[in-house]
Amino acid sequence: MITWPNFVSQLFNGLALGALLALISSGLTIIYGTLGVLNLAHGAMFMLGGYAGYVAYEATGSFTVAVVAGSLFLVVVGVLMERVIIRYFYSRPAEDQILVTFGIGICLVEVIRLFFGSLSKTVSPPDWAAGITSLGFMFYPTYRLAVVGIIAAALVALFLVLFRTRLGLIVRAGIEDSAMVDALGIDVDRVFMIVFGIGAMAAGFAGIVNAPVVSLTPDVGDAILVETFVVVVIGGVGSFTGAILGGLISGEILSLTSMVDPSYSGVMLFAVMTLVLMLRPQGLLGTKGRT
Amino acid sequence: MRGLGLMLGRHAVLVEILTAAGLVAAPFVLSPLGFAPGTANHILIWGLFGVGFDLLFGYTGLLSFGQSAFYGTGGFVAAYLLTRAGMSNVVLALVIGMIAAAIAGYGVGLIALRRTGIYFAMITVAIAETFFFLENSPLSAWTGGENGLPGVPTPHFDLFGFHYQVGTDWSMYGFLAVCYFVGIVIALRIVRSPVGAILTAIRENPLRAAAVGHNVHGYKLTAFVIAAAYAGFSGGLLGVLQAFMPPEAFTFDTSGQLIMQTVIGGTGTLFGPLVGAAVWLSLRDFLQQSLNLGAAWKLVLGLIFVLLVCFLRRGLVGGLRNAVEWFTARWRASNGVAEAPAPVAAVVATVGPSRRRDETPFSGPVLEARGVTKSFGGLVANRDIQFSVSQGELRGVIGPNGAGKSTFFKMLTGELPPTSGHIIFHGRDITGLDIASVCQLGLTKSYQVNQLFNRLTVRANVVIAALAERRGRFSLDFLRRIERVPGLDAQVEGTLALVGLAARADVPVSDLAYGEKRRLEIGLALASSPSLLLLDEPLAGMSPRERAETVTLLKNIRRGRTLVVVDHDMDAIFELAERITVLHEGAVLAEGTPAEIQRNKFVQEAYLGGVAA
Repeated sequence: MITWPNFVSQLFNGLALGALLALISSGLTIIYGTLGVLNLAHGAMFMLGGYAGYVAYEATGSFTVAVVAGSLFLVVVGVLMERVIIRYFYSRPAEDQILVTFGIGICLVEVIRLFFGSLSKTVSPPDWAAGITSLGFMFYPTYRLAVVGIIAAALVALFLVLFRTRLGLIVRAGIEDSAMVDALGIDVDRVFMIVFGIGAMAAGFAGIVNAPVVSLTPDVGDAILVETFVVVVIGGVGSFTGAILGGLISGEILSLTSMVDPSYSGVMLFAVMTLVLMLRPQGLLGTKGRT
Repeated sequence: MRGLGLMLGRHAVLVEILTAAGLVAAPFVLSPLGFAPGTANHILIWGLFGVGFDLLFGYTGLLSFGQSAFYGTGGFVAAYLLTRAGMSNVVLALVIGMIAAAIAGYGVGLIALRRTGIYFAMITVAIAETFFFLENSPLSAWTGGENGLPGVPTPHFDLFGFHYQVGTDWSMYGFLAVCYFVGIVIALRIVRSPVGAILTAIRENPLRAAAVGHNVHGYKLTAFVIAAAYAGFSGGLLGVLQAFMPPEAFTFDTSGQLIMQTVIGGTGTLFGPLVGAAVWLSLRDFLQQSLNLGAAWKLVLGLIFVLLVCFLRRGLVGGLRNAVEWFTARWRASNGVAEAPAPVAAVVATVGPSRRRDETPFSGPVLEARGVTKSFGGLVANRDIQFSVSQGELRGVIGPNGAGKSTFFKMLTGELPPTSGHIIFHGRDITGLDIASVCQLGLTKSYQVNQLFNRLTVRANVVIAALAERRGRFSLDFLRRIERVPGLDAQVEGTLALVGLAARADVPVSDLAYGEKRRLEIGLALASSPSLLLLDEPLAGMSPRERAETVTLLKNIRRGRTLVVVDHDMDAIFELAERITVLHEGAVLAEGTPAEIQRNKFVQEAYLGGVAA
């Protein structure tokens, strides 16, 4: 039965999910845009962020510490992964890059399974965001409202880094033409490492922020990865704003379809992706020519 | 004539015989070793599933993460027919499942193949997930949802009054081994067919595969459908083997495991997936049961996979093949087998502007550009170009850098659509036709920057181009042996002789000298027997000796052909061309005989910046 409060609450759920997808996808898309690598380990990084946060939370009991620890841990993982493996793949075919990141993703999931088992772990939301909030006409879990705010803040921060700093300028120039940026005497190698770190951090941050909403399992990143792909295809590969738009659209599609019949939410998401591919193959905000 | 297939042909039957022998011998070797038939049976199914995937990824270069969709489709259609619909003929049900999967593959391919590379990979992931959703909920009345379909029977055969019921274990092995053998024989035929050669060409260089006249999209879709059919049949076999069709067949993990097994075994080998599955399944059993590693088995296999991708990308079978080739090469070298490059001689051309399609006598210009304009956003690269070439002419096109010569050539061959204007070839408007169709009409070009099939031999390169001339834009002769294509050998050998690469025919392109690569570049264009050939800077970057050889080559190939040559080498152009067109800032500045052009004031100004004026 679809009621008005039910509809609004699903709209909020869609917004929260959409914001989450937007943040993860923007991490994926800036890595692809700058480095030209599609990171199939991105879902595993999301999962890893959740677990790193979980460990920090168990040790300190502070949610803030958990978020910071989860994010920083993923920066380290991202930088290590780029230095040890990914950078040797820049000159190899796209298929090899996909295969190696796919393999790394599986290894990360299995490492976590080895240490934490397959049973789900829970992280409690911080005290100030526990319980439910009255919005006047309906009640809504406070933490879910907070998630929208926290992720919006993270997206703004990412936007500022990309569009208001020297590093961001180089990253955006690198998306256009990394050979040219290299020729200008900028150390592209170092920029690539930083970008991979930032992209990983976006996934890790999303992972720990989302941990109180869903319970943590080693497979939690798998489904997210698929949804992230749809977001990026809808929004346009390599476009930061496209990732945000695609994320919000996808979140609402999943959420509103669930209200009618949950079993069709994935199908509907895919149908929209197909529609976008038919009408605008480069994605809503993607530029032509980039494949 | 030591044609393409003869050497391969001798190996060909050998591979089939060895496969059959291996399949027959396996139970007698494995059984005493305590190997459970169940594992061997699963390996065969994964191996057959992987044969199709290898055709798609290893040969065509399309990395799909969505094969589980077709595995599940074929599996559930067959299982439904055998359980709920009461069909009793197992083989028929498997075939129907395979057809259903192929149809699904066609539909999915139409969507996914709109994009390449990472987009293709991402779209196939999303599609596979959708199939899983569909199976699990909306279609659960037919598929049993999370419970799957239990009670799938094993096949029985009634031959000459003799009844044979396939049981479990080694009896089932026999049935699966026959299926695998048929599958591998068909795949080997596909690989050795013209279609197989074209699929490899698409993997190496899709742009050039289209430019020599192949319908690249059509062949990609063909490979996708074939892979889906293999997946569908294997999915059906899974139900038959387990007497139960599990919903896990549809999960992303199935696609992932297939990819990892194929890469571990070796892509582009057909047998790689079987080897990979054997490694995967036996290591899993070994790690879980003998070493008691529990869940860590997948981590070990994941690490093996990552290491192989990093260091041995062609997998175990590919690595073995590389090692054998390396030792053979060393042996040949130490025994003094060497090949000397042959210089270009004035060869009598045996490659004619051949069976070409529209040979009706035609009096007008061969090629005409009427008011052709191309703008990229605000930048006008070509402005209102009028251009006409008559039969048998050798036309030179010159112009300073940025004059729009390459853009003009791209529009003539259909690589770029003009913003406005028309291109008329043999009296027919070809504006808006794709590059493969234009090539099929007899108009093609050689590229300024080499566009070759780099990991293939010189001969294989020319074969790919000649196939387009012999078979047309699209043909589904994937069971015909490549050497049965009429006139192919003559076309290939003639082209090789013409560009002076006959002695280098079996050398991989990557081992050629730069000048040889340039000649092969022209050879690829020639092998499609164009009536009009455009040459984009054929002399660029050549040493004086290479340049002299190539000028001789151009003189040779102009007999019976119409040529348009762009180059910065003025001496060569003024020596070769009968008429010269000068492009400047995207428009035609002048046209005339070499002598007229030399005297032309505007041309002198354009080139010398007005100093001479």
